[in-house]
Amino acid sequence: MSSTATTERPERGASRSSAQTTSGAGSSGSVMREIMSGNGMVTVLAILLSLIISALLIIFTNQDFLDAAAYFFSRPMDALAAAWTAVTSAYAALFRGSIFNYEASSVTGMFHPLTETLTVATPLIIISLGIAISFRAGLFNIGGQGQMIFGAMFATWFGVHLQLPAGIHLLLVLIMGILGGALWGSVVGALKAWTGAHEVILTIMLNYVAINLVTYLLYTPVLQAEGSTNPVSDALEPTALFPPLIGDSFRLNWGFVVAILATVFAWWLLSRSTIGFRLRAVGANPTAARTAGISVRSMYITAMAISGGLAGLAGMAQVSGTEKVLNTDVAGSFGFDAITVALLGRSNPIGVFFAGLLFGALRAGGVTMQVETGVPIDIVLVVQSFIVLFIAAPPLVRTIFRLPQPGALKARTSADPVTQPLAAGVAASTTATADGTTHAPAGATGDGAGLADAEEEATADEADVSSTPPDSGPPLGSHPTAEEVHQDEDARRRAAGEGEQL
Amino acid sequence: MSHTVTATDSRSETPRPQAQTPEQDVVRHWNTPIVFAVFTLVSLLLFTLNASGKSATFRISTPNDAVHIPDLVAPTVPVGWVITLLMAALTVWAFVSVSRGRNVAGWQAALFALLLVAGFLVWVVGSAQNTSVFLTGLIAGSFVLAVPLIFGSMAGVLSERAGVVNIAIEGQLLAGAFTAAVVSSITDSPWAGLLAAVVAGVLVSVLLAVFSIKYLVNQVIVGVVLNVLVAGLTSFLFSTVLAPNSSTLNSPSHFTSIRIPVLADIPIIGPILFDQTVLGYGMYLIVAALYIGLFHTKWGLRVRAVGEHPKAADTVGIKVLRTRYINVLLAGAIAGMGGAFFTLVSSSSFSKEMTAGQGFIALAAVIFGRWNPIGAFFAALLFGFATNLQYVLAILGTPVPSQFMAMLPYLVTVFAVAGLVGRSRGPAAAGTPYTKE
Repeated sequence: MSSTATTERPERGASRSSAQTTSGAGSSGSVMREIMSGNGMVTVLAILLSLIISALLIIFTNQDFLDAAAYFFSRPMDALAAAWTAVTSAYAALFRGSIFNYEASSVTGMFHPLTETLTVATPLIIISLGIAISFRAGLFNIGGQGQMIFGAMFATWFGVHLQLPAGIHLLLVLIMGILGGALWGSVVGALKAWTGAHEVILTIMLNYVAINLVTYLLYTPVLQAEGSTNPVSDALEPTALFPPLIGDSFRLNWGFVVAILATVFAWWLLSRSTIGFRLRAVGANPTAARTAGISVRSMYITAMAISGGLAGLAGMAQVSGTEKVLNTDVAGSFGFDAITVALLGRSNPIGVFFAGLLFGALRAGGVTMQVETGVPIDIVLVVQSFIVLFIAAPPLVRTIFRLPQPGALKARTSADPVTQPLAAGVAASTTATADGTTHAPAGATGDGAGLADAEEEATADEADVSSTPPDSGPPLGSHPTAEEVHQDEDARRRAAGEGEQL
Repeated sequence: MSHTVTATDSRSETPRPQAQTPEQDVVRHWNTPIVFAVFTLVSLLLFTLNASGKSATFRISTPNDAVHIPDLVAPTVPVGWVITLLMAALTVWAFVSVSRGRNVAGWQAALFALLLVAGFLVWVVGSAQNTSVFLTGLIAGSFVLAVPLIFGSMAGVLSERAGVVNIAIEGQLLAGAFTAAVVSSITDSPWAGLLAAVVAGVLVSVLLAVFSIKYLVNQVIVGVVLNVLVAGLTSFLFSTVLAPNSSTLNSPSHFTSIRIPVLADIPIIGPILFDQTVLGYGMYLIVAALYIGLFHTKWGLRVRAVGEHPKAADTVGIKVLRTRYINVLLAGAIAGMGGAFFTLVSSSSFSKEMTAGQGFIALAAVIFGRWNPIGAFFAALLFGFATNLQYVLAILGTPVPSQFMAMLPYLVTVFAVAGLVGRSRGPAAAGTPYTKE
């Protein structure tokens, strides 16, 4: 599923690079080679590899298998059969719980799992889009959890305490959710911009602050349900809830449509808007972006506000869509899951959407798997983290499956600026020497610098520019502040100017 | 593009001296004075104007102790004023220093933090229902809570000094806690458990090292993912293997504390320094060894060179990648020991995600302590103290909601990272993979 999305970009890049390299190598063998060494293949294999590793885990913790393994050398087939049963029953339950329940008696029952997947994926997709946007701006937003909590908090207050007509109320709650998250996110952006504090530490710390704050407020009349002693809010007014999307028997609601709209918005923002261009420029090389007249400081704040706003929207989708009340666990592990989703989707909104669907399916199916076969849902975390590890290190996957390593030109377009900032830079420099040509300044390389090519142009640009990687040498405490960079830059510009005069 | 950048660099080198006047050389950072001012204001509003008027009593020794020290009685209002005035003085000093282009000294920040803690303690105990607190117990309890943090932060210092950001401390702690519990239960020997914890920590580090050094994956990302991986693995194994067999696999035998006679009777510091488990004593050794090793040996110089400027280190013949591998693995071993502390000393058995974010706090301690083992040690102590204070105050009955007490260490870290740490920089190359050209 996700592979279709992720292949899109590299393949476009691939066609470009093959056009650039030589004219004679256009045989079918090289096409096969392109496919086998492409990112799509790596994604598919990474998922496969992760499922295999998890299968081994399931086998070696399965009691039937361990019993049969005790007499493995006398009757090996018993152990193998037990292993096969353990894995297939677990993965079949995973499938039945996430996509299609072929054991159900009614049509509704058959498609119920798919709607569950979409329901679970809704907040995951939205928050992951936010994380992806921050990644593209060169910021590691680990604080999705806190921002989501803030969004949910704001949404709940306005959803519980106000009485408004149907449409307006929902819209207000939605905006408030976004505002809440944006507020908490921009605190990080502002602190980073003005003091140079590192966003990883700030966001981790602010997560804990947000969790404690929401717990506190859920014990005060501000949010706590009347007459309750537990930290749970009142149910949101019906006017503040997302209506069901395909009937009352499913949990799937209009929140999913919002997730699709958010994906479109994120795509538009990153690849079609001026702000998106500036964000990516800052992410690729803050110094270069500043030289080009982009205010790095305000871009940090903007990126974190947008990122936080989407996380807040995810929190709102959670309370207005599925949960209908606010509790302390509203953000769960969404904040960290979102990071893995954003990485799997390679910080590309369309990729993130499908990666979110995949992880939503894993979560929804994981519940069924735990109930029906007793394999704990925690295995889903293992699958997720292995997928991301493998995806982040394509050479490893290629080595395991003995796939051809891509050529230098290919590496240049496919190296992910987020996960492998320096690799991208290195690949770019090797290309330059291999070609024997020097790179013209960014933007002049491609055939068309029009907006239609923005996406792949950006990839190439990032690879070019990121000789200083997006997060160039972050000591996790403080960066050179924007001010400092600015002064430095001023001096440099002056110096350059004088040099020219001389 | 990279060529252009270097070209600009070389052009700007020569004319710079003429282009810059002396004033432009000084970059003033007002963060620290501003943070000082904010906290002084807090101190004025809370500790003095909002003081309860009662006296806070700090008991230091119990009647049974060999050496008896009288209780410390602090009347809230006068103490509040004295502390606020001292803080105000430090703030003014900081403003003057910065306006003259100097930085605020580290000891000034430390003194300020100490005053803040003292002021807060007197105020909060004074306004509690029960205004008497056993100070020795409070501090000893803080130490117990701080031990894993200290181990974790040492792991952070060690790997960041070599240029690898270690977000995976949390995972290393958790892996250590899990394996220590299992192996100690099976073998009935806490030593075997400790060894297993070290191995587990190193294994997590191997992944961190291979992915970040060999495959050049962004170090923050590997760290985050490894945390998720370890949390998933241990939780999975806990549910499938440990929970059904908890008597054989999850009832570790523990380290007992070794009390050094006479010395352990010294008030306040006695129990902290001389009544610890093997892990407690080991912690002091590691902190001392790391401090001396990093700053007073040839090895330390090389490690820091690799963390600051790998290319330069490579040029003079230091093996950059090997140094990084070794340091990251050592860091894993140390963090693994810290994890063992959870299951071999402080709790009776392993439970799901029992490290509960301590690895991240340890990371904050690394930064708070300016990548210095001694600094990180005291920063971790401060976090342990804040956590323990939260428990103690819940018993005393304070006006501050427990959630705010729980929030405090995190808020302080945010302020510290944004302000107090000021111009301190981490190892310049931390986070950047190194590739030979």
